[in-house]
Amino acid sequence: MAEPLGADRLLALYRKMLLIRRFEERCNALFLQGRIPSTLHLYIGQEASATGVCSALRQDDYVLGTHRPHGHALAKDVSPRIIMAELMAKATGCCRGKGGSMHVGDVRQGVFPAVAIVGAGCPIAAGVGLSAKMRGTDQVAVAFHGEGAANEGDWHEALNMAAIWKLPVIYVCENNLYGASTHFDKVFRVAHVSDRASAYGMPGVTVDGNDVEAVRDAALEAVARARAGEGPTLLETLTYRQCGHSRSDACDYRPDDEEAEWKSRDPLTLTGARLLAEPHSLPQSALDEAEASVAAEIDDAIAFADASPAPSPDELERYVYWEGD
Amino acid sequence: MAVMGIAEALREGIREEMRRDPTVFCIGEDIGVPGGWGGAFTVTLGLSEEFGPERIIDTPISESGFAGIAVGAAMTGMRPIADVQYGDFLFCMMDQLVNQAAKMTYMAGGAVKVPLVMRAPVGSTRRGAQHAQTLEVFFTHVPGLKVVAPSTAYDAKGLLKAAVRDDNPVLMFEHKLLYGSKGNRAEKGAVSPIGEVPEEDYIVPIGKGAIRRPGKDVTIVGKLLTVYRALGAADQLAEQGIDAEVIDPRTLVPLDKELILESVRKTHRFVVVEEDNRTHGWGAEIAAMVAEEAFWYLDAPPVRVSAPDIPPPFAPGLEELYVPSVDRVVAAVKGLF
Repeated sequence: MAEPLGADRLLALYRKMLLIRRFEERCNALFLQGRIPSTLHLYIGQEASATGVCSALRQDDYVLGTHRPHGHALAKDVSPRIIMAELMAKATGCCRGKGGSMHVGDVRQGVFPAVAIVGAGCPIAAGVGLSAKMRGTDQVAVAFHGEGAANEGDWHEALNMAAIWKLPVIYVCENNLYGASTHFDKVFRVAHVSDRASAYGMPGVTVDGNDVEAVRDAALEAVARARAGEGPTLLETLTYRQCGHSRSDACDYRPDDEEAEWKSRDPLTLTGARLLAEPHSLPQSALDEAEASVAAEIDDAIAFADASPAPSPDELERYVYWEGD
Repeated sequence: MAVMGIAEALREGIREEMRRDPTVFCIGEDIGVPGGWGGAFTVTLGLSEEFGPERIIDTPISESGFAGIAVGAAMTGMRPIADVQYGDFLFCMMDQLVNQAAKMTYMAGGAVKVPLVMRAPVGSTRRGAQHAQTLEVFFTHVPGLKVVAPSTAYDAKGLLKAAVRDDNPVLMFEHKLLYGSKGNRAEKGAVSPIGEVPEEDYIVPIGKGAIRRPGKDVTIVGKLLTVYRALGAADQLAEQGIDAEVIDPRTLVPLDKELILESVRKTHRFVVVEEDNRTHGWGAEIAAMVAEEAFWYLDAPPVRVSAPDIPPPFAPGLEELYVPSVDRVVAAVKGLF
């Protein structure tokens, strides 16, 4: 087990989760105002998963996100400014307005453009891991994916090859119970996605994905294993998508009591309460300060995006091919 | 100057690139197994002895998976040469090639490059509908990919080297009847164009076509095997007083349009010969380009000689009818006069 986090470091994780939560809430409002021209797949409710995993990574480690990637990018320290600018379709966005919500990333932070085809990031992450191994670095690659990806062929092919070649990859399966509107129980015979890990000869671990410390501990173990050349891990984080699949989803297929139960176990509530209780015993003002500084950071991101120009028409046909560093 | 076939020329090109650059490696099915074949058509035969299994990587039968692995490796400083046993299996990895490799640079606003080479054998060779298709056009339609199709040993080595050094995903289509594979991997009915291949370093630039036979009366464009059908037709036509110019684009994307247009402006007649089936095919695009950009130079309509709109048949007699023959090309050209 990793050392328990001190109050300062746990507060930093709390603040990161809060940044993701408030960022997503503001995105939702901007969408309703017509200022974000795409659909959105919001990460609200799942913040502990990306935050816990990325807290176990180095700056030079790699992350591949999904169609729900804002949280992954923020957790790996991609600037909120360039994510917001991308969502608002500005030339200063992290993809220069070519990507949009489903492809945010910033390779300077090790975050590739998110892959919005379910499961397709899993072999790419294996390739990133293979590359790290061939180049003789001890970098690791994280492939975030939902439980839905575990029923894609790419997922199985990727996990098998990562295992046979002992690649430094962590497959983080964020099991939020629903693939779009389809419940886990309709599409899995196993109780946990991690049960499938043994079929590929790798460790499979299931943790409470709303408990940022539990996620971090499991990720640290998987990262250590990967860096030591012992191969991949399938880490399943049990969590819940508190919003709809996308902006147009009212979630009528989900029982109210299920939603209420998961919201009672909200990752921010859990960690906030832990910070106020012993042994950390932080005053409420510490959480309030986090709230205020997050609000200021997001205000700044929106102001940056607002002040940025749209891509100019002569950008239309650029970057189809590589134009150089 | 060594004399060799395409399989051997590709092998030497890969060997030289792997010696030159430690980030170059090969990945695919059955490419390095000791005692094996060196890929389905012997291209990588013997390379694992020099470079070891760490750089000649044999994969499980997981086409989409190893394509994705090649994409990920290419995004992080490596230069993979991936080998698909039969081009037909590219359909198994369509998402990785079309949604991932081809679009990654664009989606990233130019911040990521994918220097990936994917080699794929194509062409009718008595293997029926799932191992003999001509499918270049599925990929020439995809923005973000480059597509090359060498028909000589010289071009195969030079284009391979250019593809490895290119910072974009490059698909290289190779025709099974042109490999010159030897031993029990030899192909029945092979054309096996053996040619001189320099031992010193050279590349064939991507995007530059070649005039295979100069002529003044008609322009015939072919690719891969149909270059040789066009050349055969040109020989017959010459006996009948028609002087055909035969053009091999060598690169399909980006296309050396000017080479073709220049020729058409000179000959005033145009025929494209393809092993692709006709409708929405490669020849349709080339003919449309000529019609749009050289219409006023034409003395006759642009003409396609194509395979019919059917899957490749197995029976040799039917296959002969499927792939455009020299006689069909001759007839098409004579119809323009």
